[in-house]
Amino acid sequence: MTTHAATAQPSYLVDTGKRKGLLAWLTTTDHKRIGVLYLYSMISFFLIAMGVGFVMRLVQLTTFQKLITAQTYNALFTLHGVIMIFLFVIPGLPAVFGNFFLPILIGAKDVAFPRLNLTSWYFFMAGAILAVLSLFTGGGAPDTGWSFYAPFSLKTGTNVSLAVFAAFVLGFSSMLTGINFITTIHRLRAPGMKWFRMPLMCWALYSTSWIQLLATPIVAITLVLVILERFFGIGIFDPAKGGDPLLYQHLFWIYSHPAVYIMILPAMGAITEIIPTFAKRTIFGYKAIAFSSMAIAGVGSLVWAHHMFTSGMSNLATILFSLLTMIVAVPSAIKVFNWVSTLYKGSIDFQPPLLFALTFIFLFAIGGLTGVMQGALAINVHIHDTYFIVGHFHYVMFGGTGMGFFAALLYWFPKMFGKMYSKTAIYVSWFPIFIGFNMLYFGMLILGMMGMPRRYYVHLPQFHTMHVVATVGSWFLVLGLLTYFGTLLYALFKGPKAEDNPWGGVTLEWTLPSPPIQENFETIPTITHGPYHFEQESK
Amino acid sequence: MSEHVHRDDFGARLGMWLFLVTEIVLFGGLFIGYSYMRYKYPMEFHHGGAELNATLGVINTVVLLTSSLTVVLAIVAIQRAEKKRAMAFLGTTLVLGVTFLVIKSFEWAAKFHHGLYPNSAHLGTLPPGEQVFFGLYFTMTGLHGLHVIAGLSVLSVMLWWVATDRVRPDRYIHLENSGLYWHLVDVIWIFLLPLFYLAA
Repeated sequence: MTTHAATAQPSYLVDTGKRKGLLAWLTTTDHKRIGVLYLYSMISFFLIAMGVGFVMRLVQLTTFQKLITAQTYNALFTLHGVIMIFLFVIPGLPAVFGNFFLPILIGAKDVAFPRLNLTSWYFFMAGAILAVLSLFTGGGAPDTGWSFYAPFSLKTGTNVSLAVFAAFVLGFSSMLTGINFITTIHRLRAPGMKWFRMPLMCWALYSTSWIQLLATPIVAITLVLVILERFFGIGIFDPAKGGDPLLYQHLFWIYSHPAVYIMILPAMGAITEIIPTFAKRTIFGYKAIAFSSMAIAGVGSLVWAHHMFTSGMSNLATILFSLLTMIVAVPSAIKVFNWVSTLYKGSIDFQPPLLFALTFIFLFAIGGLTGVMQGALAINVHIHDTYFIVGHFHYVMFGGTGMGFFAALLYWFPKMFGKMYSKTAIYVSWFPIFIGFNMLYFGMLILGMMGMPRRYYVHLPQFHTMHVVATVGSWFLVLGLLTYFGTLLYALFKGPKAEDNPWGGVTLEWTLPSPPIQENFETIPTITHGPYHFEQESK
Repeated sequence: MSEHVHRDDFGARLGMWLFLVTEIVLFGGLFIGYSYMRYKYPMEFHHGGAELNATLGVINTVVLLTSSLTVVLAIVAIQRAEKKRAMAFLGTTLVLGVTFLVIKSFEWAAKFHHGLYPNSAHLGTLPPGEQVFFGLYFTMTGLHGLHVIAGLSVLSVMLWWVATDRVRPDRYIHLENSGLYWHLVDVIWIFLLPLFYLAA
């Protein structure tokens, strides 16, 4: 391992150009700064949407229903969904950690198109601002749910057009990032960095980028059609004019199901980086993980209609989509087995990132298994549009992607900012997160099985006890999350200086100083072996 | 700005091709919608297609194909360091592109004149399938028209860059990528022509 005591170049956090301060950040083309811009904006959006979710849970304690009308409740769940999906979970890991670490992990100085990269961030922010504007302009906050289903989205008086346009702009940001990453991985790998020597995070980002590229345009055109339908009445989704609302659902899910894999694949990639570092041994089944990422991207693009089993499709179509849904569970399970096998007989160094990575595996396993349940036709009909679905996708989106994000942040925070956080405070925050999470979302799974429909403002008396359990869980969860973010925020300002390699990792980012210098590498490294090459391991 | 100048024409071309993939998928969503609707309403699409002016459609195809050729010729000219010729070919491309839009606008105006536009009173009296046909016609040719306008804007910038030597014999990747985009606009039109004008 080389040392950097004598490094002459300043860190990327120091302004060296003509512009200083905020202006230097807003005009930067440094992939690391852009990653940090995304990080700050996304955590802000996450906290807002978390607040909205918190209020939604309060509504289910009937005493609070006087404060919020049913129409506001509809707007709240739409807002919560739109912000969480489009502004946090979809762009989350690729935009933050992909931007920051992809070039470093493959030994490059930046992404292939740095200016395009900054443009993506501006598209992202523009989309976010439009989404906020849609709440206060036109007919008021959209009340359709994040899926904007026709024909209701065509008929409602709320400001769906602007919200949908915001999602369109965000899609643009996502596509441009995808183009950038694919080109970067193809063109900018360091000498000797062969495809199968790349850290697996890169494989995850590579497959994610392909989905972003191939699926996002479909939702873009679908959303444009919704806008055209609302303004000009072109009739393609309107049954009165010969159109078909089912076509909307198909087009929407052709994107939005693969989008689920845009969310989860990079989180899996981050977990795959974390586990070898703390098990101090090479990853088990490198190629299996790499190919399973690609397989998830491929098969995951062919399962969309499992969202529509009760929408009125042919029996043959439902059976085929059910089968494909079962198949996509296989590559996901391969990854889980590989992680567990990597831990087996490793010399485990238990640290906060590993704790959150293991939490990811546990929660994702519940999310994945409940997903397979819903892939089965008979069960699906029973639990369709109930809290079971809500519980399931929170286990996957939040327990999966969210915990993956938190684990990745803990893992890379010292590298990104050169500061170390209080590990004790993170452990303390974990307990309310874990307990609150399971009370809230397992409560939802049970409620769904009992028959509680999703998106309802009121509920029947027999559901009340479980609703109280879930709401109390949400309090624990919020408390834990605030502790988590508070700890990191404190570390950012007051934390002790982090070492260059606090975890004993062996991928390229740990050979750099913390925080990294402006162009990452003084000399581009030459790669001679695979990514998880631990010296103490006997070969 | 940093000192190191990183230049990767292959990478730039790869990025452009990936972008073109997204454009094709974007239109792909509309083609899926078209296929489904045509399968559902074959006769109505037949009647709808009969309302369109196939002659103008074919003329426009020739115009657009020729403009694609002149873009290629402009790239060849710049490779051979014939700046004036390159500018002449680019200028021709712009004229042809504008011609396409003018012809298109006459067509649209005629449709509006006959009351064949979404939400019109007349279209409302036609069978549902024909309403969908015209909805798709305006959406798809309209979106294509926007792409023509985008392409023309990019090519205008290219003309300026050739004039000011920012596009040179040793550095013409921007022109090449703009040309690729223009070909894409052309290719999409080649699919729109039979789907609408020759549907009858």
